[in-house]
This record gives sequence, C-alpha cells and structure tokens, in this order.
Amino acid sequence: MEKILSAEDVVVKFTLRGETLTAIRGVSLDLHRGESLAIVGESGSGKSVFTKTFMGMLDPNGWVDSGRILYKGHDLARYKTERQWLGIRGREIAMVFQDPMTSLNPLKTVGHQILETVELHRSVRRAEARRLSMDILRDVGISDPEKRYNQYPHEFSGGMRQRVVIAVAIACNPNVLICDEPTTALDVTIQAQILQLLHSLQEKYGLTIVYITHDLGVVANVADRVAVMYAGDVIECGLCEEIFYNPQHPYTWALLSSLPQLGVKGEPLFAIRGTPPNLHSEIKGDAFAPRNPYALEIDFIRRPPCFQVSPTHRARTWLLDPRAPRVTPPAPIARSRKLWMEKKMEKMKEQDRDAR
Amino acid sequence: MPDSGLCPEKLLEVKNITVEFGAGRKKFTAVRDVSFDIKKGEIFGLVGESGSGKTTIGRAIIRINAVTSGSILYRGERISGKISTETDRKVVKNIQMIFQDPMASLNERAKVDYIVSEGFYNLYPGENEENRRRAVARALLDVGLLPEFADRFPHEFSGGQRQRIGIARVLVMEPELVIADEPISALDVSIRAQVLNLMSSLREKRSLTYLFIAHDLSVVQFITDRTAVIHRGALVELAETEKLFANPLHPYTRALLSAIPSPDPAVERHKRVEVYDPSRHDYAADPPAWIEIEPGHFVSANSKEKEEYEQNIGQWV
Repeated sequence: MEKILSAEDVVVKFTLRGETLTAIRGVSLDLHRGESLAIVGESGSGKSVFTKTFMGMLDPNGWVDSGRILYKGHDLARYKTERQWLGIRGREIAMVFQDPMTSLNPLKTVGHQILETVELHRSVRRAEARRLSMDILRDVGISDPEKRYNQYPHEFSGGMRQRVVIAVAIACNPNVLICDEPTTALDVTIQAQILQLLHSLQEKYGLTIVYITHDLGVVANVADRVAVMYAGDVIECGLCEEIFYNPQHPYTWALLSSLPQLGVKGEPLFAIRGTPPNLHSEIKGDAFAPRNPYALEIDFIRRPPCFQVSPTHRARTWLLDPRAPRVTPPAPIARSRKLWMEKKMEKMKEQDRDAR
Repeated sequence: MPDSGLCPEKLLEVKNITVEFGAGRKKFTAVRDVSFDIKKGEIFGLVGESGSGKTTIGRAIIRINAVTSGSILYRGERISGKISTETDRKVVKNIQMIFQDPMASLNERAKVDYIVSEGFYNLYPGENEENRRRAVARALLDVGLLPEFADRFPHEFSGGQRQRIGIARVLVMEPELVIADEPISALDVSIRAQVLNLMSSLREKRSLTYLFIAHDLSVVQFITDRTAVIHRGALVELAETEKLFANPLHPYTRALLSAIPSPDPAVERHKRVEVYDPSRHDYAADPPAWIEIEPGHFVSANSKEKEEYEQNIGQWV
C-alpha cells in the first residue's frame, strides 16, 4: 500500500519550568493512503502531541528533537517557519478538534467561517466560494444550508457544531484529516452519526483519516489499523482485528480487559494497578513494566525492540522474544483470541476445500 | 440486586417531582413528573444524554436544587421542600454525593485531611480530635489510600487517586445512599476499572446504596441492578438492567442501546444505529402515562403504544 506519511523515530521534547521532558520517545509509524488509522492511548500518552508534529502545531516550548516525518518527499521535522507550515496546514493535513464549543469563532457566522477557508485555499471568486461553502455544508449533513449559512455557532446543537467543524476542515480539500477525539464531547447517539458522516466523507473526498481517541468502541467502529500508545511510545500496532482479537502487549491486554463490556457482572473488573509514569523522570526499560503483572526482569532494564507478529502487526514487548516464558493473557483476551483462531482455521479449511 | 430479601425496603422514593428553573417567560422545566424508588442495597442507574436532567434529579435529592412540585421521601420521611433542621442533618449525614470531575471538586488549597473531614466538622462540631483522625484514616484505607496521605495537597495526586479522595470524603459521613454523578467519565480508561471495583466493594463493606448517574451505557450495564432512562427531563423507561438491555420497549431506549460502542470490530461493522424521532409519538390527542407494563418494568406510553408494547412482551415469553 502507498505510504502517504511516514514518521521515523520521532522524538519530541518539551521544556517545562526549566526541566526538559521527553513526550514522544522514538515513534515510527506509517500512514497509508485512504486508510483510517486510530491512535489509542490514555491522556498524557502523547497521542495528540505526536500528531501535532505533522502540522507544526506543537506548543512553543516543544520541538521535534530528532527523527524524520516524510510527507510527499519533504521532511516536516525540519520545517521551521510559519510560511513553510502554511503550505501543509489545512491544505494538505487538516484537523478536527475535540470540542466544537471552543473550535469555532462565536462572533462569525458559520457560513463565513467555511467561506474563509475556501477563499484562502482555493483561488475562487466570492460567489463561487459561497456556492462551494453551501455544498460543503450540505455534504456534512446540515439540512437547509441556505438558512444555516447565516447563523452563528450558538444556534447549533453540539452535534451540528461538530459537523460545521468538520466542514471547515474539509473545505481546504486536504489529503489527510486528523480527528482529535472527534466525538468525546458528544452524546452516544450523536457520536454514531458523526462517525458515519466521517466514513462517508472519507469515501467521497478520498481522505486518509487519523483518529485520536481513548474510546476502544470508537476504534472498533472506524479503524482499519490501530496504534496503541503508552508513555510516548507506540507499543503495539496492527490491523484492527489483530489488535482486538490477538493483542500481544500486556498493556493492550489490560486496556481491553478492563472494559466493562468484557467484564462479568458481579465479579470485579480487571484493573490496571498504579498510574501512568511521570515523563519528567527518565524511563528505563519498558514504560509499562511497573504496572505490568507479566513483567520480566529485563523489562526493567532494557527497552524491548519491536517484534513483528505478522507482516502488518508489531509489538514492543519482551514477551515476544523467543527466550521469554510462555504466559497466558487475562481470561477475556484468551477467550477472544481462541474464537479468532478458530474462525481463522475454519476459513483456511474452507479455502482448502475450494482449492480442491 | 443481590437476591437478599423478598421485598427489599424502599430507601428513597421520588414521587412525581418537577424541577423548574427561572420564572415567567424564561421558565425552563428541567425535570418533569419523575417518579422512581431506590431499594436498600441496590445500585440504581440513571442514564440519559447531556441536558436530559439526570444531574438535576441527583441534585434535587441532596437539596441543592429545590423541587417545584412532587416530593422526595427518605425512609418514608419527606426530605423535599421545607423540612426541620433535624431532618436536614439526617439528609446531610445519610445522603452523600460523588462528583464527576475530581480535578474540580477538591479544594486545591486544603490538605486531604481537611477535605475528608470537612463534613465531619460540620456534622459533629467539637468532636474529639482522636475520633476524627481515626475516621479519616479509616476512610482513606477503605478507598485504598494510605493514612499518611492526609498531610498532602490534592495536586500531588493523579486523577484516579483524587476520585478516591472524593469517595473517602463521602465515606467519612457513613452515609446510606451515595449519589455518584458520572464518577468515572473524567478518568482515564486504565483507571476507570479501579474506581468501579472500589465502588462495588464498598457497597458490600459499608452496605451502601447507590444512585449511579451516567451517560455511558456500557458502564451502567455492568454495574447497576436497575436502570431508568431519562429523555428531556422525563423518564421513558425503567426496569431491571438485564431486562432493559435485553428487551428495550421505548423507541428512545432502543436508539440509545443501538448506539453503544462495542470494543469488537465484527460487531461494530454490522451495527445498525436506530435514530429516535420524538415526533413519531402521537401524543396530542392521547397523552402518555407512566405505566407498569409488566412487574417491575415501567414505560412511558399512551394507550395505543401500551397495546403495542404488551404485544412485544407477549412475543418474548
């Protein structure tokens, strides 16, 4: 598959009150054209910071320390000036933010905010731009766009407002759309509608979408591929099915089995001990080791390398080393893995039969 | 419900309460004619979307919001409207609340010791210092924190720990009923399970009853015994949680359940989300009533819908 964006060994650092902290610790991740990639992680895992480096939107006290971010032959990690970024931001890579309350200008009409982007990024006349803006409003599922065009954000409900934010983002006709927790501020019924909308826009506009979320339900709905982040590192990455049915890293196990949906009523839920590490102090070995009941001695000493599980699936855990002892994952994980394997076997048998 | 009694006693009765804000042209009805009971020892879930009035109900019970009409009874005694100081103290002691955002609900400038014992100071002024310390230490231990933490400030704790402090402050009062208003939605995914487990274990240990207010249906399904669904200030359905999730009757409940995200790609890919359109109800001529359609299963329906729902129930049996 064609790579549209490729991050290689990216390290991001921040200075905070005279101290330097490492927010992203050598992350490599490819983005393929036309796919939906979900980046999952808790708050502070660096999922937002990582994607902000694609658009030059890090806070002023942060910088890309090393590594490369390749997009269309350019290394975005070396971009310094706003001028350079203006060629990328919005035009090539656009962003949808979490809270539609704060990402729209309350003093301008909704139509004007879309018009602004259209005029900035496509050299068209006012009347043409207006017509285009109306089309976009219709595309994001806002009925009666002629009337809505002249209304202000406060006249819209939360879900409708998020549709407007999406409209502004796609108004510049970007290649890549980064959605940072696009549905976290919305109700479940609205969430489902927004996810459906993003999916249909992806087909219509040929978008590549990166979803940043902590909600594994959303991930299961939208993602082709999933990257799991913990303490500034992608600890596991693979196809959606691989991550949900055959996860390898103990953190992914823990994350999945602590979901109430997989729990048995009346029994305690699987809970992860402790709290995520402090990024101020240097992390030695596997960042998850102190909270990991499956941790090996080496986990506290050396950072595990990336082990390839399948051509599309890799994980950073010493458990995949051939010398590691065999462990049984938590019950819900073992259960779904077994089902998945059985299904796979059945499929293979069927194919065998068909071949014969 | 732990299958204990034949007919567990009603701890709290909410009877036809309406809560209005503002007056005249600005009047807004946040809660309209809501009734339900909470039985001793159960976890009662209240789910709805933002703005549906679920928090207002919780706040009406602990007397932060006054009810416009209707009444709330605690162990058979009215606790809404004008009540005696003595009853008020009883409410304060026995009904406590856990708030959503542990970052916002703890006093940044006070030590944990003070935060946890603030209610204690108010309820038992002049109480022996030794007793107070013992109560604080016990509460902290019960929520899985060390008594030494009493000398620290809230900013030294993570979100999950802060929520534990919020729970400790409730426990120190030794309440019977705890109103948990979205207690885990502000927490990180890996921390949520810890707090949920803590709440379940405290139910046994401190024989608590919970009113669990949430918008996340998967959590509600996991933890509650009975669930009420609220839409635009009015209850639409109430039943045992398992029954409600298996056989939802009201179209709003069905829409809500169909939208629950599931952490299983195979399920998600084939999911069909139902959309609820309030205009489907023909309520102009035949207004809805709150009816018990089968034992323990309440739904808001008019006479035509009632027949329809009854048929549905007939099919399941």
